[in-house]
Amino acid sequence: MDFEFSAEQVAIRDTIRELVQDRVAPRAAEIDEKSEYPKDIERLFADNGILGIPFPEEYGGISGSSVTICMGIEEIAKACASSSLILAVQALGSYPILVAGSEEQKKRLCPPLASGEKVAAYALSEPGSGSDAGAMKTSAKRYGNEYVLNGTKQFITHGSVASTLVVFAQTGGGEDHRGVSAFVLERETSPWTVSKIEHKLGIRGSPTAQIVLEDVKVPASNRLGEEGAGFKLALAVLDRSRPGIGAQALGIAEGAFDYALNYVKERQQFGQPISSFQGIQFMLADIATQIEASRHLVYLAATKVDAKAPDLTKIAAMAKLFASDMAMGVTTDCVQLLGGYGYISDYPVERMMRDAKITQIYEGTNQIQRVVIARALLR
Amino acid sequence: MGVLIPREYGGAGLDALAFSICIEELAQACASTAVIVDVHTSVGTEPILLFGDEEQKRRWLPRLAKGELLGAFALSEPSSGSDAASLKTSARRDGDAYVLSGTKVFITNIGHAGLYIVFARTGADERAAGISAFIVPAGTDGLRVGQVFHKMGLHGSPTGELVLDDVRVPAANRLGAEGQGFTVAMRALDSGRIGISGQALGIARAAVDETRATMRERGHDQGDDFTLADMAARLESARLLAYHAAWRCSRGLRFTREASMSKLHCTDTAMRLAIDALQIAGEDGAVSGSPFERHVRDAKALQIYEGSNQVQRVVIARELLRAG
Repeated sequence: MDFEFSAEQVAIRDTIRELVQDRVAPRAAEIDEKSEYPKDIERLFADNGILGIPFPEEYGGISGSSVTICMGIEEIAKACASSSLILAVQALGSYPILVAGSEEQKKRLCPPLASGEKVAAYALSEPGSGSDAGAMKTSAKRYGNEYVLNGTKQFITHGSVASTLVVFAQTGGGEDHRGVSAFVLERETSPWTVSKIEHKLGIRGSPTAQIVLEDVKVPASNRLGEEGAGFKLALAVLDRSRPGIGAQALGIAEGAFDYALNYVKERQQFGQPISSFQGIQFMLADIATQIEASRHLVYLAATKVDAKAPDLTKIAAMAKLFASDMAMGVTTDCVQLLGGYGYISDYPVERMMRDAKITQIYEGTNQIQRVVIARALLR
Repeated sequence: MGVLIPREYGGAGLDALAFSICIEELAQACASTAVIVDVHTSVGTEPILLFGDEEQKRRWLPRLAKGELLGAFALSEPSSGSDAASLKTSARRDGDAYVLSGTKVFITNIGHAGLYIVFARTGADERAAGISAFIVPAGTDGLRVGQVFHKMGLHGSPTGELVLDDVRVPAANRLGAEGQGFTVAMRALDSGRIGISGQALGIARAAVDETRATMRERGHDQGDDFTLADMAARLESARLLAYHAAWRCSRGLRFTREASMSKLHCTDTAMRLAIDALQIAGEDGAVSGSPFERHVRDAKALQIYEGSNQVQRVVIARELLRAG
């Protein structure tokens, strides 16, 4: 399959590539070292329309295409995986509105997100419910024209910096997935508290928050879809966001490989560049092949999302699984190619290896991706 | 600290197999602690044990055995890593002493070692035949610590540069003959690889044990069951390979090929198992303070140091393809 990107998509990609080279790449090591959310990069993306990529023009955005979102995430992740989450999570937190929102909700909620005036996040996981999302305990009780939410959400990317938060909670009597509904919380009117920021192996510039909802009032007009339709929506959103995680993994791997490839051409041992040794050459060949295969699967999945293809769930899961496993293997090998220098923080590849690991875990662990793929195969 | 040092010099007088087991036990709790002891015991001490004269042994081994002195090994240089024979640090003879100058890099136990086994060029030969080994005590004039690196893992084990600026070392501190240094280094690394294998086994075992505990506590499906089975099988095969190399070493048999195979397989196993264990632990395991994420960061160093796994493959292939 051949992917023909439109002239517009190529223009967006080239703009992002240039911005990333000039403004993001020089900050990447510092963002990791200080474990700080790069507000300056968020503003840079907002000012340059990058946060408008997940939205169609009618809602104030510039695209809405999964292919374009993936191109953006990939370009940013080549230099800084933490910064790539600014776009990826803007998309993740907005998908529920775009997929299940009424026309009124989309017109009201999307434009400030598309302009970057607001930042979105997505709150599904809880301390006792990760892969088993249906077991969530957060409750939403209706009182007249509003709901009151109580509960704790765990591992919420950007939960501390977002101003718009999509929260999944139990509205039904039951404790399983059939009682789950989705809500949009706007921070000024429905404030949540952040109880903890995690220190992590990687993506240290992307805050992962534990969020506490204590009698948080949400207008009924901010419920997305029907009561009880939340779990299906959560899964539909993850289907659409998974190619983005594949793109992030792809970008991380490409960033590490670009660096390692230059390094092996320059590093001299035994009187010659180490790239002249076949053992190194075979590693390079395997890495490049893995990256190429992942790229095709990721963009195939993004194309399926845009086309609302019937097999998008399966292909999106495959793209996320394959690209993230690839990125973990490739970044580990890139550290190896730099030897001792690869292991120290004066060089970027150890950061990229630490960043790669989470792509195998979040937005559905790779075990969950296998469950999803197997289920699709055996249906 | 004196596992491998004979009792007559104050050590425990145990063999390579015991050494490997000791390092595994330390590493299953803390890989940083394991590498401090491993480097001290093998490459930081064994050159004196194997190549020192009686006076050198009496002078240095008891203090190393007691842990009064921590040993370290200074072979790599900024432009000479895998190609160790191209090192540039010079040792100029001056009366009954040598004057050493150069920069060594990636030195484990930097700043804490009481002595460094330093490799430097004494002869005109530009490759291995021109290299000699020296015992350089910390505190010698002209010897200083350069950059100490911030690393991905093994945060408890300092790694950095050792700068030698006209360091005067008595000729009595030369280990072995002039030009024998490369042989000293290679022999030290052969048994160093047994220690690194033990370190890898410790990390791998901890990964398996912690994964079992997590799965028992949290429940488990067949996908994770199969991963755990593969992890355990791989750990057992790695341990047997390591014990085989250690056994050959203890018996005085040739063990270069076996030590390289063991280092390659055990460290690749530790890396793989650390990543698999973190995958099963999920996001809880990626949070700082969790042993799962620490194992991933620690394990990666093992594929690189004491001969990168590329160098191990070169050694194994050379041994396999050797004539006769």
